[in-house]
Amino acid sequence: MEQFYAVFQSIWTVLVMVMFLGIIAWAWSGSNKKAFDEAAHLPFDDEDEFKAKASVKENNHV
Amino acid sequence: MADQATYNYKVVRQFSIMAIVWGIVGMTVGVYIAAELAWPFLNFDIPYLSFGRLRPLHTNAVIFAFGGSVLFATSYYVVQRTCHTRLFGGGLAAFTFWGWQLVIVLAALSFPLGITSSKEYAELEWPIDILITVIWVVYAVVFFGTIMKRKTPHIYVANWFYGAFIITIAVLHIFNNLEIPVSLTKSYSVYAGVQDAMVQWWYGHNAVGFFLTAGFLGMMYYFVPKQAGRPVYSYRLSIVHFWALVFTYIWAGPHHLHYTALPDWTQSLGMVMSLILLAPSWGGMINGIMTLSGAWEKLRSDPVIRFMIVSLSFYGMSTFEGPMMAIKTVNALSHYTDWTVGHVHSGALGWVAMVSMGSLYYMIPRLFNKEMYSMKLIEIHFWLATIGVLLYISSMWVSGIMQGLMWRAVNADGTLTYSFIESVEAMHPFYVIRMLGGLLFLAGMCIMALNVWRTVAGSEPQEAKIPEPVLAH
Repeated sequence: MEQFYAVFQSIWTVLVMVMFLGIIAWAWSGSNKKAFDEAAHLPFDDEDEFKAKASVKENNHV
Repeated sequence: MADQATYNYKVVRQFSIMAIVWGIVGMTVGVYIAAELAWPFLNFDIPYLSFGRLRPLHTNAVIFAFGGSVLFATSYYVVQRTCHTRLFGGGLAAFTFWGWQLVIVLAALSFPLGITSSKEYAELEWPIDILITVIWVVYAVVFFGTIMKRKTPHIYVANWFYGAFIITIAVLHIFNNLEIPVSLTKSYSVYAGVQDAMVQWWYGHNAVGFFLTAGFLGMMYYFVPKQAGRPVYSYRLSIVHFWALVFTYIWAGPHHLHYTALPDWTQSLGMVMSLILLAPSWGGMINGIMTLSGAWEKLRSDPVIRFMIVSLSFYGMSTFEGPMMAIKTVNALSHYTDWTVGHVHSGALGWVAMVSMGSLYYMIPRLFNKEMYSMKLIEIHFWLATIGVLLYISSMWVSGIMQGLMWRAVNADGTLTYSFIESVEAMHPFYVIRMLGGLLFLAGMCIMALNVWRTVAGSEPQEAKIPEPVLAH
């Protein structure tokens, strides 16, 4: 039982390591670049009504 | 429904205002108990004012009332704005607001009365625990429901962090609070002995990792880019940051139990995982700070971005200090001393509170449709907060290391060099400095309240319209 446990622990350690490297590979793979760029711009994809209002005010001053 | 064309800002406004109110309450209690340590007569022999009863009131108020309200407010704001949809579930969001306020009031009543389950950061008794569970499930329904009905193809990284925070806190809260009630106000944990200690610090450290870190990293990933006007430095790094942080944090708890009855291998595991944790923590911090690259001049002109960037600096500092203190030999010196208290506050005041303040200063003008009353007051708040934290943590460093050294000092014949009371006496000046640091931090918070009050008074908040997604690029 204990021997089995040691083997299990070793396999688990390798599995988790592979999983982590997999995440890195996935994050840096070229095919995801477009999707990540889109996601990174999400906070800017809706208009900031507050800034919009502020700039209207500025325009009125001019 | 016309309602569906606007964001639900009402609940965000409510949580934002209450965050400031509870921040002042929690920090005032903190300053008071800091003063009690310096001048013990301040408890006036009244049981309700004794340190042991007020301390959980302070920690729960700042973590769950102030921090919790900021987390509710910002998560509801960010998830709506990055999903281009109104909060899911109609009145459920309002239920979480009123429910959470009820929990806070019950906590504020029960702690001074001495009603406690005596588990650190989980002192609330079982009826309140059940109420929290119900509110938290509704919170998860609102948050994930909103993500499900999003109009955008992607789930923005900030929402991943908020999501992890909500799920993990649910699991932690339920398992650490499994208890057998013996009356309405008293229960006993189902765990005993070292298992109880391990479950408690599995909960305790992950409360730090997920309540006080993951959720606030969600704020970093939304509000720093917005205030800096540029997308996050590396979206890829943010993904690796997320998974690495989530996988690693959950193992770090045993470092709270070094040199106890906890099995030695468990202590070593906790120490190693705490050391590994440095990598994702710093990866995230660098990602946040580098978002400002190319716009560094904003640090000079914009006190709001300064709050955010300085908070990230404190985050980097305390996430370096933490792994270092988790090393067993360092912990042999630091544990049970004021160094730990200083470390916690460099994270809680420097990172959590300051990134919250930056986020609130960003949101409040938008929520109330009015410029902040005074940028000058934000500037003053920033300096009061920064100097306050620095006084706090440096006094606790000196006091903590001194304590540790005095306790372990032995004479040539093996007897202890100092009695315990001599170390207590030596701490007095540092307790006074710590209290002053806390007082400055609280003063900054009061100035924020004044500034926000003047901003909100006479404002005409409007519900912001939900824009069409602009995903042409």
